[in-house]
Amino acid sequence: MGSSSSNLNTIPNSQELMQETGFSAAHLLRLYERFEFLDKDNKGHLRPEDFEAVQELSTNPIGDIIIGSFFSPGQETVDFPSFVRILAHFRPAEKNRTRDGAQPEPANSSTGKLKFAFQLYDRDRDGKISREELLQVLRAMLEMQVTEEQLESMAERAIQEADLDEDDAISFDEFKKSLEKVNIDHKMSIHFMK
Amino acid sequence: HSEFGAPGVASARSAAEEAAGPGEAEEDGAEHHHHHGGGFRVVQWEWNYVQTPYIIAIWLLVASVAKILFHFSQRFTTVVPESCMLILLGLVLGGIVLIANKKQLYQLDPALFFLFLLPTIVGDAGYFMPARLFFDNLGAILTYAVVGTLWNAFCTGFCLYAAKLLGIIGHHVQADLMDFLLFGALISAVDPVAVLAVFEEVHVNETLFIIVFGESLLNDAVTVVLYKVYISFVEVGGANVLTADYFKGVASFLIVSIGGTLVGLVFAVILGFVTRFTKKVRIIEPLFVFLLVYLAYLTAELFSLSAILSMTFCGIGANKYVEANISQKSRTTIKYTMKNLASIAETIIFIFLGISAVDKSKWAWDTGLVSCTLVFIFVFRAMGVVGQTWVLNRFRLVPLDKIDQVVMSYGGLRGAVAFALVVLLDGEQVKAKDYFVATTIVVVFFTVMFQGLTIKPLVKWLKVPRATNRKPTINEEIHERAFDHILTAVEDIAGLQGYHHWRDKWEQFDRNYLSKLLLRKSVYRKSELWEAYQKINIRDAISVIDQVGPSKKSIYLSIYISKKNFHLTLFATVLLVCSRRENGSGVCLDLQVIDNVPGSKVVEDMETHHVLAGNLYKPRKRSHYSRHFMPLGEKERQDREVFQRNMRIRMETYKSSRHKRHKKERTAPSSPPTEDSHLPWKGGVGLPPPCVSVEATKIIPVDLQQAWNQSISSLESVSSPPASTEPVHPRVSALSRLGGPRPASYTAPSTTVSSTTSIGAPAPQSSFCFPEKKKKKMQEEEEEEEEPGASQEMQPLMLPVRPPGLLPPPSPPLPPPGPGRRRNPCVYLRSLVAAPPPASGDLHSRRPTQL
Repeated sequence: MGSSSSNLNTIPNSQELMQETGFSAAHLLRLYERFEFLDKDNKGHLRPEDFEAVQELSTNPIGDIIIGSFFSPGQETVDFPSFVRILAHFRPAEKNRTRDGAQPEPANSSTGKLKFAFQLYDRDRDGKISREELLQVLRAMLEMQVTEEQLESMAERAIQEADLDEDDAISFDEFKKSLEKVNIDHKMSIHFMK
Repeated sequence: HSEFGAPGVASARSAAEEAAGPGEAEEDGAEHHHHHGGGFRVVQWEWNYVQTPYIIAIWLLVASVAKILFHFSQRFTTVVPESCMLILLGLVLGGIVLIANKKQLYQLDPALFFLFLLPTIVGDAGYFMPARLFFDNLGAILTYAVVGTLWNAFCTGFCLYAAKLLGIIGHHVQADLMDFLLFGALISAVDPVAVLAVFEEVHVNETLFIIVFGESLLNDAVTVVLYKVYISFVEVGGANVLTADYFKGVASFLIVSIGGTLVGLVFAVILGFVTRFTKKVRIIEPLFVFLLVYLAYLTAELFSLSAILSMTFCGIGANKYVEANISQKSRTTIKYTMKNLASIAETIIFIFLGISAVDKSKWAWDTGLVSCTLVFIFVFRAMGVVGQTWVLNRFRLVPLDKIDQVVMSYGGLRGAVAFALVVLLDGEQVKAKDYFVATTIVVVFFTVMFQGLTIKPLVKWLKVPRATNRKPTINEEIHERAFDHILTAVEDIAGLQGYHHWRDKWEQFDRNYLSKLLLRKSVYRKSELWEAYQKINIRDAISVIDQVGPSKKSIYLSIYISKKNFHLTLFATVLLVCSRRENGSGVCLDLQVIDNVPGSKVVEDMETHHVLAGNLYKPRKRSHYSRHFMPLGEKERQDREVFQRNMRIRMETYKSSRHKRHKKERTAPSSPPTEDSHLPWKGGVGLPPPCVSVEATKIIPVDLQQAWNQSISSLESVSSPPASTEPVHPRVSALSRLGGPRPASYTAPSTTVSSTTSIGAPAPQSSFCFPEKKKKKMQEEEEEEEEPGASQEMQPLMLPVRPPGLLPPPSPPLPPPGPGRRRNPCVYLRSLVAAPPPASGDLHSRRPTQL
């Protein structure tokens, strides 16, 4: 632990980050190494090109959309704290953590996870998944396997199913409701190895 | 045993062997009847000749009737598991046999159990194993199966030996450490048959079930190796075991487990590959599945590898490819046959467990041994589960909580595998065999009956999350797939080579190589999400119809349509299901409802033609019978085509109506042939295939044919009384009357079509035969079909190869699989249902050619 704690000092605001995201020092260090690895020319921040350099992402059908979600609107770069905050969504939720009302919902709660997924669809960030936005994701996921007609009918159906207030779009509450039977903790968590 | 290839014969065969015992006894009786004196005997008593199959059949009958009786009382069966009842029945039957014969004739024969009964159950379990769930929890399953079983085996063995040394177990049990370790090995494995039988009725949540059940399957390798190793140790004597032998044991475990898995996977690949080419011989598709899955089991057994592992992985591996390759009928056949056989095998196993218990020769009772074993297996199971879960939870995303652990401990049921293994012991080598047999019977009965009986209240009391029998919604299907992609991407971004990373890698490998090798060309590009969507649609359609009474259907449908913005695919499906379930008039009502939606008179009219024409596959003579080619196959094709045509028309009307709504193009048609521009089917030319998937057509065994027949007869009675003067069957009369209008409206469009229609012209019935040439051509084209989204079954619909210029108007994409056959009824029906407006006169004349 001695060497890692000395490394930890190189990460700005490491203590606050750990506090905020719930990552352990080892996790944070590992992520910092990864961040520096992605940050090829040591700018201190990542650009979309840096993400695109990850080989495996090129085969991910919705890779672009996910990369886009790392950047807040209008911004071209993401720094390490933001990077970690986004990854914190995917930490497995701990059951024993007592949540007091004052604290904001942690990123890795199932609502936090759902929020992240929701804004992947909601590209224009208007709080609603419109038909067109859903179609974009579907199109990316299904690639060439189905026709546009089929995509449309699927999107149509999905919106009808989830749309409770009949505004022809899926709001976050509707999104959450449509997935209430799904074990979000399980389906939206990954292991951050030590 | 080799003359029986299929697992299908397994149960029968096994019963045959069981019956062999009494056979000998009854032979003496039979002899008396056979006085082979001279002279001809009118009636002969041929008991010897039929006795074996006869007894098997009677056994199966008794077991099946018993099942009926158990299920008479709903309340009773929800409390008492079937397995308990079967064991009790076995006890009663065994008692009867014992009283009658003074000697137990029947028992569960290990060879037959392992060669026939067990594989039917494991085959069913493996083939229908939820693969994703299984692999998501593979780590936990393997841990419990390997570490847990080893722990149970060693602890039980050593502790029993300790109990023996302490004098708790009586002196007459002649056993040393090796014997107890051997006994511990065979008694410690959780039994798949018992787990399935009990857990199937408990409905715990799927994660819990897959962990317990997966463990019971995968621990086979451990049990097999431990059993064999100890047997060899017992043979040479505990003192003569060398250190090297222990290492051999470890090596043997690796070979047995990995080798078994590999054998299974090799057979899975073979099975997938073979079903790629069964297009022409659909009827033997299920046979291939049964044979190859069973061969996977036997081959593993041949090399003394883990047969259960082999069969399980063969089933899991092949399922995806086989299900995609084979026809819906074959899928249904496989499903029902497998379930049927597994159910029979399970019944036989439990009944014979009961019968075997009633055998005085087996009862070498030692209270110490029995009670110690019961306590030890329960305690060590619980300890093992808690310990392993504690370790596993550090790695699991969703930890297993205390309640899960209680159910897992309590669900460690022992069963027939343990019994068969203990019966297999050599009494010469293992002196205490009889005591072990008696103890095993008690343990099996205790776990299956007591724990099986109490696990349901326990689960209820602990409020264990139950399995919901809910099917995923389309939103869940979409979003869960998105989640998978998100997690993979996040792992890649964070540089973690975790589970999702490797799963994605596997899926890419599967897509790029395996699927290309094992799937038909026509299916391997299909999207799973789309398939799921189709399934959901059909399920919804069925539930819509189930919910509404038959009389209200049309009303409901129209409300449904207007409310849901004419949601097309679903609606077409509703229509389809309606037409299947309703009687004829219902179909027509439904059609009217749709036709009112587009609004335009002409479109509506054309629409009607299409719908009717679509539904109107001609009745065929059903006299044809062949064992090798099911005439049903043709019917299936017809249904499919009819359905696809329906769907396509729906789609296109939808498109065109949207067209109208949004772009107002209808008023200013751009293409030269004016009336064609808004024809429903026109929009489809050059467009990608409509949203019809095989799944959609396959799920419901559509009986449009029958619906059509009914509708014809009902319509006829309503609107054309003169028809009654004409002969016999309504459909025949309906068709024969078509001879009138047909020549007027009929213009031979092309040589290909006319060749078939000319056959149909003189006598309507002779045109019923399928145009073989066309069919063959279609099939060939299907083989070459690579169009994305277009499945083999849709092919007739989108057949792009149409001789250009043969038809004067731009030909509709509807292909002519049986062009002449749909012509007449269409005209006929139009006159019945929707009287043609005068303006559509030219349509009227061209109509047949387009079809």
